[in-house]
Order: sequence, then C-alpha cells, then structure tokens
Amino acid sequence: MKAKIIITPKKAVVDPQGKAVQNALEHMGYNGINAVHVGKYLEIELNGADQAIARRQLDEACQRFLSNPVIEDYRLEIA
Amino acid sequence: MTFAVLQFPASNCDQDAIHALRNVLGQSARYVWHKETSLGDADAVVVPGGFSYGDYLRCGAIARFSPVMQAVQQFAANGGVVLGICNGFQVLCEAGLLPGALIRNRSLQFRCEHVYLKTLTADSPFTNQIPSDKLLKLPIAHGEGCYFAEDAMLGKLKANNQLLWHYCNTQGEATEAANPNGSLWNIAGICNEGRNVAGLMPHPERACEAMLGSADGCLIFQSLVHTLQSRAVPKAA
Repeated sequence: MKAKIIITPKKAVVDPQGKAVQNALEHMGYNGINAVHVGKYLEIELNGADQAIARRQLDEACQRFLSNPVIEDYRLEIA
Repeated sequence: MTFAVLQFPASNCDQDAIHALRNVLGQSARYVWHKETSLGDADAVVVPGGFSYGDYLRCGAIARFSPVMQAVQQFAANGGVVLGICNGFQVLCEAGLLPGALIRNRSLQFRCEHVYLKTLTADSPFTNQIPSDKLLKLPIAHGEGCYFAEDAMLGKLKANNQLLWHYCNTQGEATEAANPNGSLWNIAGICNEGRNVAGLMPHPERACEAMLGSADGCLIFQSLVHTLQSRAVPKAA
C-alpha cells in the first residue's frame, strides 16, 4: 500500500517560486498560463493493508507535521 | 541569570549566542542538546539560528518535535521566557508557541545584510530596555523570513500589542524598500499573547560588540536580563 501526499501553498499565501516559474515559462514562449503553484510531493510506503486506518493516521500526520496548516493545503491519496 | 541555548543538528548561531551572553552580557549560559529532555535550572531559553535538521520538509518542522522542545513547551506554558532567533523563530512558529509562519523571501534571494528595526512596544521582556526612539541596527541572514499570518491573526497581533519589531528605514519608517523579505506589515519580530515567548528573524547575538558593526543587539538581551532580575519568573523544573 502506498500513500501519495501533495502539499501546495494556500491561495492566500504569496508563492514567489510559483511566480518565478510562471515568468520563466512565459519567457520560454509557453503561453496561456494563468498561475503556477510550487508544492511538495511525498510518497509513503505502508506495511499494513487497512486503508481506513492508514488514512486516519496520515491525515493526522499531515495536519501535525507533514504540512503546515497556516500556509499549506494537502491532498492525501492511498492506493 | 542562567540561559539555556538549544543545539539542534545544524544549528550554527548557538556559539554566537553563548559568546554574547557569557562574554558580553556576563551571564551564565550553557548548551542544551536537542536530545535532552530537561532544561535544568535555566531562567530563560534561546532557540538559536541555523538550519536545524537541514531545513528538511519546512524550516523548523522537524526540530519542533525534538525531545528538548517538549521541555521548552512546558517551560513556556509555565511562563518561562523563550527567545527564538532566525531559525529559532521558525521553530517556535512551527511549534505553535508563536502564531503565523515564515515562508520563502518574496525576492527568492537569501538576504545577508544589516537592517534597521523599530521597536513597537517596550511592554515585553524582550524590549523593555530599548529606548523608544532607538532604531536597532542588526544583521539578517535568511532565505525564509517572510512573515505570514492570516488577516484575522494580524489584527489580533496588533490589538494585543504583540508586534515587537518591524523593518524600517533610517528614519524609522516601515517602507517597502526597507522590507528585506516581503514580511506582511514589515514584521520582523513578535511575541505570544502571554508575552513570554518571542521570535525575530534578525540576529541580536551577532550585534553585541561595536567591532561587529553594531552593539544594538545587547539591548534585547539586557531587556531579558532586566526582566529576569526584576521579577520572579518561573525556572525550568
């Protein structure tokens, strides 16, 4: 079982990295880009087989540690 | 007074803090390793600058779960005085001891230079010896010092007089040009609601002797010493 966690900056938080990447893409000639948000991607390999338990534990871990709720949102997928 | 200066893997301002406290301020100060579970008989705690745990995941995110930080949580909850400098400020925000967060500088540049700070209140253990018209010249050295908090929290910080310092020009004005990292409201340092925990991005410990370009940092440590000497503050158990 594997968990995939995507962490992105909250919309209210200025994301200078996203802005810099957007500017670079536009300089390279890639048009039609409205916004870029740079975040983090974590893959967590799990031993257990119970998705519900894994989700509960990782949700808690995301809120306490893996993301900072003041500045970030996260999306958790388990498969 | 006895200061505990924390040491995490990759702390790098711990020795500067010890030097300033011992050799300039004449206080007792000792290192406390991150695996320690007790602060001993410390009167105050300094969480120093650096790159604790390599800044992995987020600045301060891993340090906040170290054993010594559980002791700091308890110390702060009992009213103990805690000062976080640079990475120490980030650790205290991650630990929930201070509100808000410190994110990547707006410019994306690591900024290493002297800045000026205006002290916004003398009503704190960290600022009570700073003359009201005195601007502090202190060095900064950080890539992630942009202070962020939601509007409601900013309003609360202001209403509670928790804003301790903001970046300013030599006239004391909080201009955009004087803001080195994009911090909201030019915020350089804040304290908690209980006023016993504070953090700032600039480095007072690197500015305690004239030969270093400024001795203004002394005023912050002198405020702490004055506070600790003049009122009974809880010691670490």
